[in-house]
Amino acid sequence: MNNILNHIGIENYIFLSVILFCIGVFGVLYRRNAIIVFMSIEIMLNAVNLLFVAFSTYHQDAQGQVFVFFSMAVAAAEVAVGLAILVSIFRNLGSITIDNLKNLKG
Amino acid sequence: MNTLIAIIGLGVLCLLFEIFNLRKAIVPITILGLLGVLGLTISEFNSTESYYNNMIVVSKFSSTFSSLFIVLTIFLVALGHNFYENHQSKISDYIAIKIFLLAGAVAMVSFGNLAMFFLGIEVLSIALYILAASDRMNLKSNEAGMKYFLMGSFASGIILFGICLIYGAMGSFDVTEISELSQSAELPVWFPIGIVLVTIGMLFKVAAVPFHFWAPDVYEGSPALTTALMSTLAKVVAMATLHKLLSVMNADVSESFKMVVVIIAMASMTVGNIMALRQTNVKRMLAFSGISHAGFMLMTLLSLSTSAGSLLYYASAYSLAGIAAFSVILYVCKNRDNEDIVNFHGLGKTNPLLAAILTAALLSMAGIPIFAGFFAKLVLFNQTIQAGYLALVIVAVVNSIISVGYYFKLILAMYNKEPNEERKGTPVIIYAVAVIAIVLNIALGLFPSFVLDLLA
Repeated sequence: MNNILNHIGIENYIFLSVILFCIGVFGVLYRRNAIIVFMSIEIMLNAVNLLFVAFSTYHQDAQGQVFVFFSMAVAAAEVAVGLAILVSIFRNLGSITIDNLKNLKG
Repeated sequence: MNTLIAIIGLGVLCLLFEIFNLRKAIVPITILGLLGVLGLTISEFNSTESYYNNMIVVSKFSSTFSSLFIVLTIFLVALGHNFYENHQSKISDYIAIKIFLLAGAVAMVSFGNLAMFFLGIEVLSIALYILAASDRMNLKSNEAGMKYFLMGSFASGIILFGICLIYGAMGSFDVTEISELSQSAELPVWFPIGIVLVTIGMLFKVAAVPFHFWAPDVYEGSPALTTALMSTLAKVVAMATLHKLLSVMNADVSESFKMVVVIIAMASMTVGNIMALRQTNVKRMLAFSGISHAGFMLMTLLSLSTSAGSLLYYASAYSLAGIAAFSVILYVCKNRDNEDIVNFHGLGKTNPLLAAILTAALLSMAGIPIFAGFFAKLVLFNQTIQAGYLALVIVAVVNSIISVGYYFKLILAMYNKEPNEERKGTPVIIYAVAVIAIVLNIALGLFPSFVLDLLA
């Protein structure tokens, strides 16, 4: 495993993760459908998970892989709450477009 | 450590009460339990120990801040008794979520490992998303919950990326190891980037400019009790965590980093105060006031090694005044659909005691003597001048003067305008919370050394 990592180089893993993370960030900023925004947040978190695993192999240290389990569990809990909020918005508004949420201003 | 276990046990107990149909007893028993936990925390005060391979480190810093959080939670749970009157069937959920939120807060100030820090911040944030959207038939509350969820999970993603880069640079999540390694000359460039990303994520959570835009909307839309929680407990927790994070990971932050902190502090104070001047919704006004207070508290990051005491003092002064102010707001705006300043007209005539308490709380936030807010600002400014940031202190003083403007707008509305309708009922528990909070605030103002010496 370490051989492959040496071949590819840790920098490339970092670049890949940064690109994925930025795709997630732009998705959150520009997409207007709430489900797609949630997906983009998941992409951000999974980009980080990928980098955790790469660093874990790079350092020959299992802590990073264990952390991935924590962050996956947390992400699942977070999305469960987010979807629940989305369901109550859909009941009140009948749509899941984020642009409709503009009652609070000032 | 025992604090954390006891708090989680209490949260589970709250959920069990629902099963055994003891809903009436939940609030009193939770308050008693929290008082017990407070005693436990204070009894462990002088011990410095680490548990579970350094996952949790109990120190003076963590136990003093944990005590402050527990006191604030006691107030918020007590206010819940009146606030959730019409939702009796769900009261155990609301109270249990608050207790779990407290567990996250305690984990955040007593972490010894970045994994614990991340779990703490997520437990706190997820509980807050639920509370912000908890008035589920109200579209405003839904919107506030959604906005807070999107901003909060975005910030969590940034924090996670920062932790990942720190891990990549150091090969460990343990903060003592990270701090030792950060002294060495050759550091991968990932380490400072990681620190900056974690700091940005935490600035989102404390709502400092330019990461503040979510705060006014979320504060306005959430149920009033949740707003009280966010503007007191959550803000203080995030600030204490940011302080601890920077001081344990690299004590000597670079000059350019300090320059950025100075600019963010100045911008937060100025933007917060100037935007607050033109608000007519009281919750929104206090949201902007909270942004400016975040700016003041950020000043403690400029002298990390000595400022823990003054951060604790400022945080307790601000949050106790906030609790007192919000308990009055809860009373006045009960059964109204907005928190407009018009609702406060003539409160000085119809209800002099609560009007006096709200006045005292606002004066404490503005920094008028005998209230703790004044001495908190005095100590903070003194420390910042000694650290050599005179310009920042001048901006801060000017901002304190601006802030008097909007606090007095509310005070004048209470005393100079005619009351527009009668308010009925005297909820004893709101009176009790408001009086105790403001008395504690004045006591802190009269004996500042009591708190300042705790972390000297």
